[in-house]
Amino acid sequence: MRRLGPLLALVLTLVLTLAPLGARAVDDPSEMLANPQQEARAERIGAQLRCLVCQNESIEDSQADLARDLRRVVREHVAAGQSNRQVIAWMVQRYGNFIRLRPPFDLATLLLWGMPLLALLAGGTAAALGWRRAAASRPAPAPLSAAEHDRLQELMQPRAGSG
Amino acid sequence: MIPELGHFALALACCLALAQAVLPLVGARRGSARLIASAPALALGQLLGLLTAFVCLAISAATDDFSVRNVADNSAVAKPMLYKITGIWGNHEGSILLWCLILGLCGAAVAAFGRNLPAVLRARVIAVLGIVAMGWELFCLTTSDPFDRLWPAPLDGSGMNPLLQDPGLAFHPPILYTGYVGFSVPFAFAIAALFEGRVDAAWGRWVRPWAVAAWAALTCGIALGSWWSYYVLGWGGYWFWDPVENASLLPWLTGTALVHSAIVVEKREALKIWTVLLAIGTFSLSLSGTFLVRSGILNSVHSFANDPARGVFILALLGLVIGGSLLLFAWRAPKLVAGGLFSPLSREGALVLNNILLCSICAVVLTGTMYPPFASLLFGATLSVGKPFFDATAIPLALPMFAAMAFGPMLPWKRAQLAPVLMRLWWAALLALAAALFAAFSLRQLMPAAAFALAVWLIAGAATDLAGRVQLGRVALRQSWRRARALPRAAVGAAIAHAGVGVTVIGLVGMSQATHRIVEITPGQSVQLAGYRWTLDGVSTRPGPNYTARVATVTISDGHRTVAVLHPSRRTFTLQGQTTSDVAIHTNLITDLYAVLGDEHGGHVVMRLHDNPLAPWMWLGALVMAFGGGLSLSDRRVRVGAPRRAAQPAGAPGGPALGTAALDTPALDTPALDTPALDRPAVDSPAPVPALAEIHHG
Amino acid sequence: MADGTARRRQLLMLAPFGAAIAVGAGFWEMLAGMNSGRFDPHDIHAPAQGRRVPAFDLPAQPPGQGFSSAELSAQRQPVLVNFFASWCVPCVVEGSALVGLSRRLPIWGIAYKDKPADAQGFVSRTGSPYRRLAADRSGMTAIDWGVSGVPESFLIAPGGLITWHIAGPLDEGTIEAGLLPALRKLA
Repeated sequence: MRRLGPLLALVLTLVLTLAPLGARAVDDPSEMLANPQQEARAERIGAQLRCLVCQNESIEDSQADLARDLRRVVREHVAAGQSNRQVIAWMVQRYGNFIRLRPPFDLATLLLWGMPLLALLAGGTAAALGWRRAAASRPAPAPLSAAEHDRLQELMQPRAGSG
Repeated sequence: MIPELGHFALALACCLALAQAVLPLVGARRGSARLIASAPALALGQLLGLLTAFVCLAISAATDDFSVRNVADNSAVAKPMLYKITGIWGNHEGSILLWCLILGLCGAAVAAFGRNLPAVLRARVIAVLGIVAMGWELFCLTTSDPFDRLWPAPLDGSGMNPLLQDPGLAFHPPILYTGYVGFSVPFAFAIAALFEGRVDAAWGRWVRPWAVAAWAALTCGIALGSWWSYYVLGWGGYWFWDPVENASLLPWLTGTALVHSAIVVEKREALKIWTVLLAIGTFSLSLSGTFLVRSGILNSVHSFANDPARGVFILALLGLVIGGSLLLFAWRAPKLVAGGLFSPLSREGALVLNNILLCSICAVVLTGTMYPPFASLLFGATLSVGKPFFDATAIPLALPMFAAMAFGPMLPWKRAQLAPVLMRLWWAALLALAAALFAAFSLRQLMPAAAFALAVWLIAGAATDLAGRVQLGRVALRQSWRRARALPRAAVGAAIAHAGVGVTVIGLVGMSQATHRIVEITPGQSVQLAGYRWTLDGVSTRPGPNYTARVATVTISDGHRTVAVLHPSRRTFTLQGQTTSDVAIHTNLITDLYAVLGDEHGGHVVMRLHDNPLAPWMWLGALVMAFGGGLSLSDRRVRVGAPRRAAQPAGAPGGPALGTAALDTPALDTPALDTPALDRPAVDSPAPVPALAEIHHG
Repeated sequence: MADGTARRRQLLMLAPFGAAIAVGAGFWEMLAGMNSGRFDPHDIHAPAQGRRVPAFDLPAQPPGQGFSSAELSAQRQPVLVNFFASWCVPCVVEGSALVGLSRRLPIWGIAYKDKPADAQGFVSRTGSPYRRLAADRSGMTAIDWGVSGVPESFLIAPGGLITWHIAGPLDEGTIEAGLLPALRKLA
């Protein structure tokens, strides 16, 4: 439990570092919905909901009690016919956006969701600027004079007898 | 006595690091040959000190010296010897000492293997490594001293956590840290180059092997961590986009970009600023990752014990190293002159595209990982960024990169046309198309099918590259064989590494089709999964040294014969009152059959059974990548190296401009033409006769 | 003209430094905040404040009778709802603060996922601060409240509006700093 005193929390953190196992009881098959499509939908919803007490796991992956309870709630709602969006909204109403592993798309997360495009644009612009700068800094070779042009033509002709 | 000796050795190493940081830089500035020559000796001295300290800590752990606080906290008499030794780096203090040790190894490696480097550059590189090492050693000595004593010494240690006694866990940190810390060498090269105010083809050639070595180690480290999660956690997961995992991925992404950028600097003297920035950035990401994991800022399954006080020290260290290097970059980078011009469609252009895509993925992962704490700090908004986000944003950036990786290496330098290259890849395209159709039909999902097709495209493209180099089909087989034997290993290594990426992607596609069943059955019952019949034969009790185990026997058959017999178990450690689960995996390197034993009630046994197609390919691909990198390191050119700077008559027209590196087109990439790059004049300016140079380079 | 481009280029080269400094300053603030307690990256910040009390009707937890949301909303004075459990260590520590607090305002307790006998024993051991006591055996009601663990406490205004929430144990510090000001606002 994350509310233990600091020392206890330290010990727990040490215990849980790098080996988040503990008593890894397997999920109970009795939790699963009878209808496989509903069960699959419930799992998909569950994969988007964060286990609140486990650090970065979804409720489908976690064995914590709270995760099990939340899974049960999700399945109850799915069996009652609620849509994915409704179930997630229900959860967010009670726990806030923290429970969503897929962050909402609004003004506060604009930078987050826009980053792929932003990064590509920034990279492309940097590349274009760099290329243009390199092209500009290279002086164009001076045009050939008439004599040089003639010499070039001469050189370009295939010579008789050469291999 | 021994801990005191170790502590003293560590302090000595710190002092040597200070000398190593200051003296060579002073010598380089003043031109004092003696001070410059002191650099390798100081680096070796520092390594000796660090080795001594590490060995002393190891001896303390091995002999159960519980008067050392670190040993008392993390070890115990009953712990197996292997884990006593490897447990040294399983805690904060020991892992910092390991960091310092590897930093010392890097410095000594540059001293030993960098004999072909100009003395001044080598001295500067070693000096920069000394600065970083000194910072970490100070951190170790002042806040995280592994040699702290505990008095009165307890009779037994408290570190008997069975969960942490695992071979994968034991060897994951050293390999991973070699990757992280290994990037300090390219970093040092970049800083040294900025000091000197010059980046040239020779620099590119010198930096690349170090970057490739660190990259290969980091690849193995990340793969090992992923594999460990898979066989330990019990539900077949291998990558969770956990903040600490992301912290290891970020330097890997920029490190890959660095390895490729350095090629352009070496061959064409272009992308200098970009390469220097990548070298600084990759190590900065390594350092920042170390900070984030230990500070408590990240909400992660992996975090070390949170200690904001330590976090402050590391943050200050980061500020000095990263801030200082970026300030130096801002000041000196504009002086680096651009080199060879190239058309957007060329091998350089392809490498620029590769850089942009890799760095974009890096930016996305970085933003996603840091968004929750920053949003909380700045807007007071609490949100989470997890797997669904990263999958949605990183994968669309990775797919075009895979597409370009197949034909990028085959584009000529400077100016290329796409059509001839694509023509050479016609059979790879055909294979990829067939793969796409096959996957689309059997999987009926767009993303995995596309990824599978791209992976096949990648592997076939790498094969085409090699086939083209040996002129397979166009000359006699014996001649092709002779050409193959003479191929530069770097080219073969690169093709193999690219193919390795394809193998990993195929593994990921396979895992996306993994299926599982959670069942509650009695002994004797069978269930069907993935076309196999899984029968629970029975569950028995087996006592162990400090635990009692319940071991299940599961027989898997395909109807005719037994495919595998699995023994998943649950161990209850009586002293600690903890239960761990031992997953049983059967692999034939194509598919993993995976079973986990759960609760038992009333004669019924809960089991979780998985079918994981192509799971081993994910890590085999990483091994192939690392092997390709390693092969590249054994290239003759790396071993021979660039010659020392000779005095060049100023303005010699043909000399510098005829750097044969520029003639390195794919078909001509044979040893006969592979003479080391000639020196450039001391002033980093365009070649004296541009027009002539253009004709020769074209 | 060339000067302008050179100036712009230099500024561009400073961009990575600027970004690093900004991020570093952010980390510094975070560390300082973690030390002082005002920044906790592990806090969920469930949006309890401003919500109406969710509908529920919980069975009795001896020695108390159960209660329902209707009864809670019908109260004419503020009520503190406290989720606890006998297996929760900080709840023991919180017990004494609650006993003192119960003199100022009524505290209604909900035993979260606890065996009746255990909860009863816990309450009598610590000296019951609870005017009313109910049991949430399944934990479903707690989920409706947005509870993610124990102990958690909610200040309910007359009418059933949640005006203050703490996702942790109550002690003198948090009572002074958080609960009492919220209570005063309701007066």
